[in-house]
Amino acid sequence: MESPIACHECDLLHQRRPLPSDGTARCVRCGAVLYRRKRNSLDRVLALTVAGLILFIIANAYPFLTFRLEAQIQETNLITGVMELYQQGMWIVAGVVLLTTIVMPLLELTGMLFILVPLKLRRRPWKLALLFRAIRSFRPWGMMEVFMIGILVAVVKLVKMASIIPGTALYAFMVLIFILAASAAALDPHIVWKQLD
Amino acid sequence: MKPSPITALSASLISCHSCHLLCKAAPAAKGLAVSCPRCGARLHSRKPNSIARTWALVIAAFILYIPANVLPITNVISFGKAQADTIMSGVIYFVKSGSWPIALVIFVASVFVPLLKLFLLSFLLISVQRKSQWRPKDRTRLYRITEAVGRWSMTDIYVVTILVALVKLGSLATIEAGPGAIFFAGVVIITIFAAMSFDPRLIWDSQEPNNERRKQP
Repeated sequence: MESPIACHECDLLHQRRPLPSDGTARCVRCGAVLYRRKRNSLDRVLALTVAGLILFIIANAYPFLTFRLEAQIQETNLITGVMELYQQGMWIVAGVVLLTTIVMPLLELTGMLFILVPLKLRRRPWKLALLFRAIRSFRPWGMMEVFMIGILVAVVKLVKMASIIPGTALYAFMVLIFILAASAAALDPHIVWKQLD
Repeated sequence: MKPSPITALSASLISCHSCHLLCKAAPAAKGLAVSCPRCGARLHSRKPNSIARTWALVIAAFILYIPANVLPITNVISFGKAQADTIMSGVIYFVKSGSWPIALVIFVASVFVPLLKLFLLSFLLISVQRKSQWRPKDRTRLYRITEAVGRWSMTDIYVVTILVALVKLGSLATIEAGPGAIFFAGVVIITIFAAMSFDPRLIWDSQEPNNERRKQP
């Protein structure tokens, strides 16, 4: 027998009912999503997490964008902007960008790996409750998809002035955004929490 | 079956905000700090001091919004000449150069969304404080919007980051971040915290006529 659940937006109590595959249960009063059922949730999230980590490494190791004005060439990585802001004394802005585009996504990816690999091997993950709670609270602070819009605007702004050459890291970054979105959509957190019962 | 809806609060239960386990409210009602037995998160029936915290953050963000828009967010040095740009002058530049879609993206993300969020949160706070009965479902929907759109305001901060990284060719062409960027980053981060600290369940608490405030068990 499944435990009841309270809507996290209006507090109304609901009895959990079995859902069809990929079904969504919504609150009858306010319409918030109560829970979803995903097919092979953890396997899919594990596959996407591994792919995401590989892409994350590529996105940070290879050149991101190259700026060419006549004979002058300026090659940048994902982290170059953060370092440049820091050197200009804008350490608050640098910190915000570093956290939202590099640290938080990396913590989320590695954290999920630490949870999912042991579960796959039928072992109890180390500090599961603490780790998964932390990952869930980091979630809204990873903003890679917003960074993508920032790239678009910056490139449009500079394109009349100089030539901008996309690097390997940019392509990896674009794929990574879709991988992260797919991973978020595939995750059924309830399955992970039930491991603690 | 029953005419009045049963909430976790009215059933003396607390829903864990992290893992959604329903826990007995009795120990927490005595003023003790209680953690979720399953995931260890602190249990609260409602987010603590939700209204006061959200108001504080909303007011702080309103104040920072002014320098964020008045001070330059970038200083462009090209061929020895320096030019300071604010958020709005950046929008006007794109309109003049014919990049309408980009002008719209920046205007929506940097000017419209932060203001929309602040006004929506103020409206929700006032409606909760006045125990309004007006369209609770739509107000919950408004709250969901404020939660979802906030992150997109970071766009301009990222534009500055990328410009600063790419354009550093000395006196020929250099872009530096201006002080407006600090205030603008502050507005974005503070409004995200403000949306997080608001508890949409407060909208529904005043819908229940038989809901006496905090009955001691």
